[in-house]
This record gives sequence, C-alpha cells and structure tokens, in this order.
Amino acid sequence: MSAVEAREAITRAHNEEWARVVASLTRRFGDLDIAEEAAAEAFATAVQRWPADGVPPNPGGWLTTTATRKAIDRIRRESKREDKQKEARLWCDDPPEPPEAIGDERLRLIFTCCHPALAMQARVALTLRMVAGLTVPEIARAFLVQEAAMGQRITRAKAKIKAARIPYRVPSAEDLPARISGVLAVLYLVFNEGYLATGPDTDPVRHDLIAEAIRLARLIRALMPEDGEVAGLLALMLLTEARRTARVSPDGELVALADQDRATWDAALIAEGHGLVRERLAAAAAGAAPGRYQILAAISAVHTSARDAGDTDWSQVVALYDQLVRLDPSPIVVLNRAIAVAELDGPEEALAAIDPLEHELADYHAYHAARADLLRRLGRGRESRAAYDKAIELAGNTAEVAYLTRRRDQLE
Amino acid sequence: MQYLVSVIDDTGDLAAPEQQAAIDAFDDRLKANGHWVFAGGLTVPGSATVVDNRGEEAMFTDGPFLESKEFLVGFWIIEADDLDVALKLAAEGSKACDRKIEVRPFR
Repeated sequence: MSAVEAREAITRAHNEEWARVVASLTRRFGDLDIAEEAAAEAFATAVQRWPADGVPPNPGGWLTTTATRKAIDRIRRESKREDKQKEARLWCDDPPEPPEAIGDERLRLIFTCCHPALAMQARVALTLRMVAGLTVPEIARAFLVQEAAMGQRITRAKAKIKAARIPYRVPSAEDLPARISGVLAVLYLVFNEGYLATGPDTDPVRHDLIAEAIRLARLIRALMPEDGEVAGLLALMLLTEARRTARVSPDGELVALADQDRATWDAALIAEGHGLVRERLAAAAAGAAPGRYQILAAISAVHTSARDAGDTDWSQVVALYDQLVRLDPSPIVVLNRAIAVAELDGPEEALAAIDPLEHELADYHAYHAARADLLRRLGRGRESRAAYDKAIELAGNTAEVAYLTRRRDQLE
Repeated sequence: MQYLVSVIDDTGDLAAPEQQAAIDAFDDRLKANGHWVFAGGLTVPGSATVVDNRGEEAMFTDGPFLESKEFLVGFWIIEADDLDVALKLAAEGSKACDRKIEVRPFR
C-alpha cells in the first residue's frame, strides 16, 4: 500500500467515522473527554499503522475497537476505573433503545453538544470538534479567535456537561421543537464552514462538512417533518450545494453567481430544494410565519429558478430580504440585502445602504468585497482597489482570494 | 443528583400571597414526585454577617460577603436525574415565585 493510498483512506475514515466513533465511545464510557481523546488516539494509530499494515477491511470497526482499547487504557492509567464506570452508568441510565428510535447514534451527540444550557459559541465549537471532527486550530480560525481560547471554550463546555449532568440523549417529543433551533444554528454554521472553508492550505470547499451538515439536517427533517425551519434549512443547504461545482472554476477561483454555468447546477438537488420551499410557501399561505431559514431558502429558490442571471426576479429577492431584516436586523443581513438592492436600484443606492455598516463589519471580508464591487461599478477605481486589498487581506478562502485578486488586477 | 436552585432578586420583598400559593403548590409537586430535598427563604443581605476565623482571631464583618444589585433571596435543593429534569423544575419554580433562578449542581 502506498503512503498516498493510506493517507486517503485515513482522510475518508475521518470524514465518515469520526463522529460515530466519538458517539459510540461517549455512550459506552459516559464521558466526552475520554471519547474525544481516545478517538483522536485511534486515528493517530491509524496514521502510523495503516501505511505498513494496510487499511483494515472495516475501518470504522477497527477505529472503534482501537479507540475503545485506548479509552480503557486511559481509565486504568488513571486508576479511577470504578468511579468512571459508576459515573457512566449514572449518566446514561436510560435503557437501551431500539435502533430505529435512536435514528442515529450521532444525533444523541449533537443534541448534547447543542444543549441550551451551553452558550451558543460553546455549542458550535463542541459540535465542530465532537461531531464534525475539526481540530481546535481549524475551529479557532473559523471563528477568528485564538487557539488557546477556543481550546478553553471546548474544555469548559465539556466540564459543564459532566458537572451539571447534561444528559446524553435525544430530547423527548415534547421538548424537541424547543431544542431544535439551537441545533439548526449549529448545522448552518458547520455547513458554511464547509461551503466557504478557511485556511491557506484548505480546499476552498470542504465536502465532508457540507455532507455532514446535510446528512444531519436530513435526519432531523425525518425526525421532525412538521418543523418549518428544519425544512427551510435543509432546502437552503440543498439549493446552495446544487451550485457547488459551478461555484469554483477548474483553476480554483470563485465564480460569482451571475457568471456561473447554470447547466452544471445539480437539477435533482434543486428539484428537492424547490419542493421543500413550495411546501413551506403553502404553510405560510395557511398562516405559518416563516423563520429565517425558510426566507433564505426562498431567496435561494428565486436564484435557482432563473434561467440566467438576467432573468433573476430581483424585486422578489429584495422583498424577501426586507422580510428577513424585520426578523433579524443584523449588519450581515443588511449587507446582503444591499447587494440585491444594487441589482434592482443600482450601486449608488446599495453603497449608501452599506456605508453605515463600516464600523461593525470592519473585519468582515465580504463587506469589503461588496464595497469594492460597488465602487468598481461606480467607476471609483482607486477606492475600489483599496477595498479589494482589504477584502483579500481578510478573506480566508483560497478560491475567494483568487477571485478577488483577479478582480482587483482588472481595475483600470 | 442534587441541584441548588437559587432564587435571585433585587428586592427583599416577601412573596405576594398569590405567589406564595403558587410556591406552596410547586413545593407539593416536588414532594409528590420525589424531587424535594430542602427549601428556604432568606432575609435581606443586610442582615448577613461574614465570619473569618482563618487567622488567630475570629473576625466578624457586618453585611454580605459580596455586595451586588441582585442577590439570593431563597433556594430549593432538588433531586433530579439530570440537568434537563432540573431545568424544567427550575422553570416551574421561576414561574411560581415570579423571580429569576440559577441552577447549579452539587459535586
């Protein structure tokens, strides 16, 4: 076996098996710390052994067995075996459920990581570490915080789960709706990290994260078919994912929506996404107030319904953004609305709308990129160049940096 | 597992009669369902005395150890299987006494 083949097998196993290994060890040992550390050790062992020994026929099983052995070693080393096992029994005292009720072992993990008693930032960090298997430096970069601070955030969250005994289970049917929105926010952040991956050596799109986010969204949709926001988020993800191949050029540059080859969009994903949006439009017509994911999905549906960019119903897009601003008047929503306004009313209007955001979005690359584009369209080349420079400096996504650099260098 | 369910307030006012009735009913539910360990109401922080006998001589200081706008006015100690159960009970308690509540696990 070549080193390359082994490395590919390990990457694939990491994408497919990490969360399963962590989830099953957490269930067995009742301790996220032990599960996380043992899973990481098992993957490190695979990195050492697989190139020489070959990839085992069942990589997931091999990893779970290896991780379990590592966990038992650790518990013995700490010579607290009795205590740990007692704790584990107490913590996971609910009787074993039939597999169909569990749905997916990872769902337990995600509901625990997204528990409302944890701060939102902690939920996201914990889910990315425990469920998505990102490393602490990757998570720190995704949220623009120091590595040490991110490590601490995760450690504190795990300590609280243990000390306060946040249960390791899928909430009861009665509690499910209230618990779902925190989970959706986390999944959306995971999806976005996959969609616009950061890191100088990271692929511009991390399919593993996107696939994980969509897979979990589908699972939750199956659990909660009545929930509009679950349907909305899944539709939004599908309609975004449908455009993935068109979004990055063969030489690794971001392709703007207007310039994408719409023939390469995934028709099946679009059809599925549009079906979900239609379902929610019918519900809205019957009086259900749409939440932000449903509105974002509807905006995405308008874009994916247009045969070409010139056909886009921008007044519809702006109307949907107006609805979204009423729900969530955050600067990023105002920025995105302004980008649509530029198409409907021209770049001058849009620039006036985003200028007041300068202070709040000073460190957000998309703000500077949007500004650079508007200034370019207004023929203000020197200011546009400065804005492109700022956007390039702040952008973490390699495809985006390539796109922005080309646009800047095309300025007169 | 036991949790300290602290009642937080910025006045030392006694519970109004309808609140007291709601608290009594909540206490009864705690007892009926096996969650009850102990509960009590406290007087204002101004009635507290801090004692420090770590040195050679016991020191007595008038007032609470921490001056703050909001303070502890009462508490429940409850028995609950996990935090989800404790939080649900605390939400009932908060509604009953019409005050903010902190839930904190015992070691």
